[in-house]
Amino acid sequence: MLDMTNPKYVLMVEGLTVSFDGFKAVNDLSFYVEPNECRVIIGPNGAGKTTVLDLICGRTRATSGNVAFKGADLLKMREDQIVHAGVGRKFQTPSVYEDLSVFANLELSFPKGHGVFGALFFKRDDAVKARIEEIAEMIFLSDHLSQKAAFLSHGQKQWLEIGMLLIQDPELLMLDEPVAGMSVAERKKTAELLNRIIADRSVIVIEHDMGFVADIATRVTVLHQGKVLSEGSMEHVQNDPRVVEVYLGH
Amino acid sequence: MSTTTAPGRSATLLRTYAPLLAIAVLAVLLLVVAPATLSAFRLNSLGKYICWAIAAVGIGLAWGRGGMLVMGQGVFFGLGGYCMAMFLKLEASSPENTAIQSTPGIPDFMDWNQLSALPWWWEPFNSFAFTLIAVIAVPVVFSYIIGVAMFRRRVGGVYFAIITQAIAAILTILIIGQQGFTGGVNGITDLRTLHGWDIRTDAAKTTLYFVNGVLLFAVLLAAQFVRRSKLGRLLIAMRDQEDRVRFSGYDVANFKIFVFCLGAAFAAIGGAMFTLQVGFMSPSFVGIVPSIEMVIFAAVGGRLSILGAVWGTLLVNWAKTSFSESFPELWLLGLGALFIAVVMAFPNGLAGVWAEKIEPRLLKLTRRGDKPLPNATPAE
Repeated sequence: MLDMTNPKYVLMVEGLTVSFDGFKAVNDLSFYVEPNECRVIIGPNGAGKTTVLDLICGRTRATSGNVAFKGADLLKMREDQIVHAGVGRKFQTPSVYEDLSVFANLELSFPKGHGVFGALFFKRDDAVKARIEEIAEMIFLSDHLSQKAAFLSHGQKQWLEIGMLLIQDPELLMLDEPVAGMSVAERKKTAELLNRIIADRSVIVIEHDMGFVADIATRVTVLHQGKVLSEGSMEHVQNDPRVVEVYLGH
Repeated sequence: MSTTTAPGRSATLLRTYAPLLAIAVLAVLLLVVAPATLSAFRLNSLGKYICWAIAAVGIGLAWGRGGMLVMGQGVFFGLGGYCMAMFLKLEASSPENTAIQSTPGIPDFMDWNQLSALPWWWEPFNSFAFTLIAVIAVPVVFSYIIGVAMFRRRVGGVYFAIITQAIAAILTILIIGQQGFTGGVNGITDLRTLHGWDIRTDAAKTTLYFVNGVLLFAVLLAAQFVRRSKLGRLLIAMRDQEDRVRFSGYDVANFKIFVFCLGAAFAAIGGAMFTLQVGFMSPSFVGIVPSIEMVIFAAVGGRLSILGAVWGTLLVNWAKTSFSESFPELWLLGLGALFIAVVMAFPNGLAGVWAEKIEPRLLKLTRRGDKPLPNATPAE
């Protein structure tokens, strides 16, 4: 029996499997994330990277396996309960609320007033404002607070969504391709941002840009056909011949 | 510098006070101008439209804000209306008034249908206090059950619209089929007094008109409060990115259920007041046609705007009245054409026309006013 409360790990994924009409997108997958670790998941298209994040955050229901976050069984929890347990998720395409201002986007992510009546009588007090301004500064959007999110550039939207997660202060942050579609300058800034925010929490990142991966990763997990192909330091996986064959080779 | 900041300020001023100003204009029109100029008959019709407007505000909130197209608002309008009608009918069916029936003291339609005693679920409607609670509680509990059943299973979009529509059809069939208990297709008619106050006189109808007007503004203010709260912004967020809201730690279904129930409560208030204003309630205000009509009111007025639902209701009904007085058989076609025209040409309805065409012109005007006139001090 799996010991789900091992304090050595923040997140324990064991034997995780999901089957879509017989196709196993994630097949008997196990990996463990330590506190303050930045784990990068790489792999060819269709390897099941995004599906793994979907399974952890409750967006997709697992067929079998275990996912334990600080002793809590995530597979039995609703999406919003998983968020309250301390898991934040950023989607691949920037999902921000386009019709709302940057300020309102961050405000809705502020971890208070999550019930119906809490939201109805939510007060925008000084603590909320101060926290929003602090986060906005971090994600380079201080001058855009009153702007509608629809008018942000693609990179700025990615930052905003990262900010929306940061304001929740999750213990485990999951980012799906945070630098995809960014310019070189934006990419550099994002790496700087990520390096700052991963300092005091665990992070799982899906990324294709190997330079960026080398920059932030503590450990790298290579997925292939829903299974772990290789795992270890960046150097270790780069020199693994199986990884070179299926992924890095081309 | 002043020329660049001044327009900004007048724009924000206009934006902040425009909703209040718009409500004030509507209030003057409905509560001062209309009673002063309209005949008792027309005023009564307007009172009827206001009841529909109250229900349409609920659609504006659920559809425009929350993205839930409620095609069964007539259900809640009807339930509220029937609760009120049951009380009024019992008061009108005193043993003296119904002495000629084979069972005096029960509503006439029950007697015609060979019922010899009042059904147990009619009994509590002898109490006015119970009725007032039931007017709101029955539709809200019903909408809560529907809401939980659908939103917990993440039914949304077209399916939600179709299911609410089907419920409207089912309820109509049920009411018509259970003639002995509900008055059937004729509905509950011949309502006379409310606590001894005759609701059929012109004076009573005028009083009810004012009550409706005040209730409309109470509902508008409640809707405005929801809109301006964080919950209002969450609804917009859910419409755009439901998953993002969910993964920000919100139980999305609860918020949808809340707004759906609030809209049902508004409709119920409208329905109960409608019964009082027109003096009867029938299945024709419950089913598919009135439900769709209410959606059209909200669409014509502009579903994104709460006041839009009110203007839409008043204008469409005004058009209906003037049109169907001259060409009764063409009205439904006209209504359909109006709906198509609005959707094709002005997807955001009258409120959209205001925001896109009229407001910018007003802003331009105020901007001109703010500018210091270059030739203000001509040299003599």
